[in-house]
Amino acid sequence: MKSKIILKRLLQMLIVLIGITFLTFLLTYLAPGDPATAMYESMGVVPTEEQLAQARANMGLDQPFLTQYGRWITGCLQGDFGTSFTKNQPVLDLLLKRLPSTFKLAVLSLAIMAVVSIPLGILSAVKQDGIADFIIRGVSFLGISLPGFLIGLLLLYFFALKLGWLKVASSNVGFEQMLLPSITLAIAMSSKYTRQVRTAVLEELHQDYVIGAKARGLKQGEILWKHVLPNAMLPLITMLGLSFGSLLGGTSVVEIIFSYPGLGILAVSAVNGRDYPLIQGFVLWIALIYMVVNLLVDISYNYIDPRIREAK
Amino acid sequence: MLNMNHVTVTYNDRPTLIDFDLHMKQGEIVSLVGESGSGKTTAIRALFGLLPHEGYVSDGDILFEGESLLSKSEDEMARLRGSRISMIFQDSGAMINPIRRIGAQFVEYIRKHEKISKKEAYRKGVAMLEAMRLPDGDNIMRSYGFQLSGGMRQRVGIAMAMTFRPDLLLADEPTSALDVTTQAQIVRQMMDLNKKTGTSIIIVTHNLGVAAYMSDRILVMQNGRIVEQGDREQILKHPQQEYTQKLLAAIPTMEGEAYV
Repeated sequence: MKSKIILKRLLQMLIVLIGITFLTFLLTYLAPGDPATAMYESMGVVPTEEQLAQARANMGLDQPFLTQYGRWITGCLQGDFGTSFTKNQPVLDLLLKRLPSTFKLAVLSLAIMAVVSIPLGILSAVKQDGIADFIIRGVSFLGISLPGFLIGLLLLYFFALKLGWLKVASSNVGFEQMLLPSITLAIAMSSKYTRQVRTAVLEELHQDYVIGAKARGLKQGEILWKHVLPNAMLPLITMLGLSFGSLLGGTSVVEIIFSYPGLGILAVSAVNGRDYPLIQGFVLWIALIYMVVNLLVDISYNYIDPRIREAK
Repeated sequence: MLNMNHVTVTYNDRPTLIDFDLHMKQGEIVSLVGESGSGKTTAIRALFGLLPHEGYVSDGDILFEGESLLSKSEDEMARLRGSRISMIFQDSGAMINPIRRIGAQFVEYIRKHEKISKKEAYRKGVAMLEAMRLPDGDNIMRSYGFQLSGGMRQRVGIAMAMTFRPDLLLADEPTSALDVTTQAQIVRQMMDLNKKTGTSIIIVTHNLGVAAYMSDRILVMQNGRIVEQGDREQILKHPQQEYTQKLLAAIPTMEGEAYV
């Protein structure tokens, strides 16, 4: 991809970011509930009208809507993403503190997913309508249908409570603490991806170049590994990018079940506490990470697919 | 060299090729003509062992140099394909992997059948391309399929198919996707190879002109059966069957002369 196109994409990203943040700002502004009341409630104090008004003024909530948004965005451009109402810390610090654990969880669950679904998807496609295919399709259907929280709770029940292999909850974030949440995330993803891999491989197996490779005397296995798989992986890269983006945004349900200190829990607490700056920061982060991952995916296609390289 | 004895191919319980009989000597060129669905492609796919999953040879036998191809294992067939029996397709460009360079696939193919280094295989590939009058073989080896024109891709396909001077070349509509000038070049190159290396050719085509020009014998097919066969003189000048006459009548004429 030419740098000109990348620049254009970056500019588009900026516009989208402004749009998204404006919209969330508007929505939180219109939503019922008052951050000042919520703050006093969380402290267990019944505030007077003066106290509330004072708190609102401190939060900048007494200003007109556009002024509030203007202040926020000017702050952002200077690297100041505001201060959390509920935690009294800079939003940026709060997000950055949670990011490593979310990142680790995302990478681990994607890795588990890849290890499971790529071989199973291939097997399922190659043995189409066979016993293996039948079982894999059945199990993956189950995996897609089961809600993540149920899988998480079942895993917790068996591995932590019944077998006692892992702790139910723990304050530090090591491999052991990541294992169950990442397996929970991976089960749902693997089910989806196994089916995607199967579909992609099946589609490629019916391409003419497979007949061509056979006509040149290549064996089934060689054709599968050297020709079919690289082609089949192309459409999956986009999906993988989206999954990675959504994982980096935090996975609230799983994080809450396993008390895993990621971005998802932070986001839920921000919403509950009407913590506008934190919500804004979180939304900004999600929008940003989605677009960056998508941009990286598009750039990567230029290196992987010669047809796209040529088209640009 | 080749004996197809009463071959019947069945697709999903329906026969698409019925009682197909073909006996060929080394160096012979035979055309299969007929409309789409007449079973002509099925005949050569059955011989090449490349029928789609639903299709299989339900009756008869296919002998190549006296050995039954039907009793060979998949690995034995793979060794045969591309070395002693080769195939070219209507669009050879679609027959190569779109995301790998032609050179990589050519080298892979050569090294499949001959134990030589990558460098030697590469040189051999370039030499084959240049023998096909493709200018700048190096450049083609570095290209991807989609970067070449239809005619060039077809010649790349033929160059690959001819690399090991096969005993038998199967050509499935090799010219029908090309313009007339390129068609003539491709036909001439196939004839050349037939003369130089004694390669037998089975050409599947709906183009009676190409069939008449190239072949010693023409088999006219309809609904999975051979309805008429003979040398070109016989088929073109004295067709016995109504179907053959219809096929001949369908040839476009130019200034009163049949374009054959």
